[in-house]
Amino acid sequence: MNRKNIFATRWGMISVGAFIGILAALLQKLGNPGNMGICVACFERDIAGALGLHRAAVVQYIRPEIIGFVLGSLIAAYLFKEYRPRVGSAPIVRFVLGAFAMIGALVFLGCPWRAVLRLAGGDGNAILGLLGLTFGIWVGTLFLKNGYNLGRTQSTHTTVGWMLPLMMLGFLLLMLVFPPVSGQEKSGVLFYSQKGPGAMHAPLLISLIVGLGIGFLAQRSRFCTMGAIRDTVLFGQTHLLIGFISLIVFAFLTNLILGQFNPGFAGQPVAHTQHVWNFAGMTLAGLAFALAGGCPGRQLFLAGEGDGDAAVFVLGMIVGAGFAHNFGLASSPKGVGPHGIAAVIIGLLVCLFIGWTMKRKKA
Amino acid sequence: MSVTVDARGLSCPQPVIMTLDEIKKGTDAEIIVLVDTDTSKENVTRAAESQGCRIHEVSSAGEEYRITLVRG
Repeated sequence: MNRKNIFATRWGMISVGAFIGILAALLQKLGNPGNMGICVACFERDIAGALGLHRAAVVQYIRPEIIGFVLGSLIAAYLFKEYRPRVGSAPIVRFVLGAFAMIGALVFLGCPWRAVLRLAGGDGNAILGLLGLTFGIWVGTLFLKNGYNLGRTQSTHTTVGWMLPLMMLGFLLLMLVFPPVSGQEKSGVLFYSQKGPGAMHAPLLISLIVGLGIGFLAQRSRFCTMGAIRDTVLFGQTHLLIGFISLIVFAFLTNLILGQFNPGFAGQPVAHTQHVWNFAGMTLAGLAFALAGGCPGRQLFLAGEGDGDAAVFVLGMIVGAGFAHNFGLASSPKGVGPHGIAAVIIGLLVCLFIGWTMKRKKA
Repeated sequence: MSVTVDARGLSCPQPVIMTLDEIKKGTDAEIIVLVDTDTSKENVTRAAESQGCRIHEVSSAGEEYRITLVRG
């Protein structure tokens, strides 16, 4: 019964971090955008664009890595008998947190995964983002200490847990039915960027296989970038943190070997140098991830193992990406969007409201 | 004397917070923690061991785990 999960050991965690770091740097070499071998927020935003939920022409592509993350986790969960369909723990709150997490991440231009990949590529602006992320998570731990929680889930029908994996399969199918056509920005129902980050991608099959591999290992190891910082702050536990650090170290080493390490602040790929808003954007994202119990990658892996509430968070992020680009909230290399600052402030207020009011009732 | 912490259906990090709170209270020698995911089982046992507790027994019934901790 109690067979040991080797991936959840110290060395398992270091190996998984190394695996992700090396593959992310390689995906960049194979065509993904600069310092964006993997970015859960950016890639979900690209999916939103490909579906036409926003019409920012430079960020439209169904990213197979995201599909792989969910399906890889689903496969691991079934193989190891950990598939648990469950739902009902404040789904609407998770949706809102997902939307604002996405908006915060797009003000910085990256999720926690990309923040460390940017650092590993020499982008100094990532330091501000990581400090903001840590600060946001720290605020989240204050709420956790004060009794904040999302309530209990209930186990449910197998089908419920299958909804997000099926959507991902649907996206993959759409991509095969409507493949990119050279020089055309639309193929069937899907939009494809002709220039910008959305036009930069590794070959579909490689992206999908890497995504499946990471999804599988991350489900086994419980890899979580937000949890890495949260558990260190909250419990002094560094189990997840060593995986996160391993990711940075191995991505950095791979970048050095591949000639992808370019230190500096100005002119970094898909990045801006407005330090205050790099910090504040990630503060919002970090707080939203902390209140929702997982980084954007972890939410995909949880959704793969049957967590319908994590799936709602993912959909919140995809819809949030639509708002972020339709309302001019997302940043660009030129700087923050026209309404990005207002959105960060509103997002922080909403998160604080959620954190203050959703407390455990005293027994 | 034993006390039961029911963390079923609660997501990370609630099961660990509740377990650590109970360990800190220090009133009972034996703490039984109920969880329903493998992740929570791993997190609770890891956290309890870091606090010097001994994992006396982990049993499963259906989709639930019952972890028995003994204060070190």
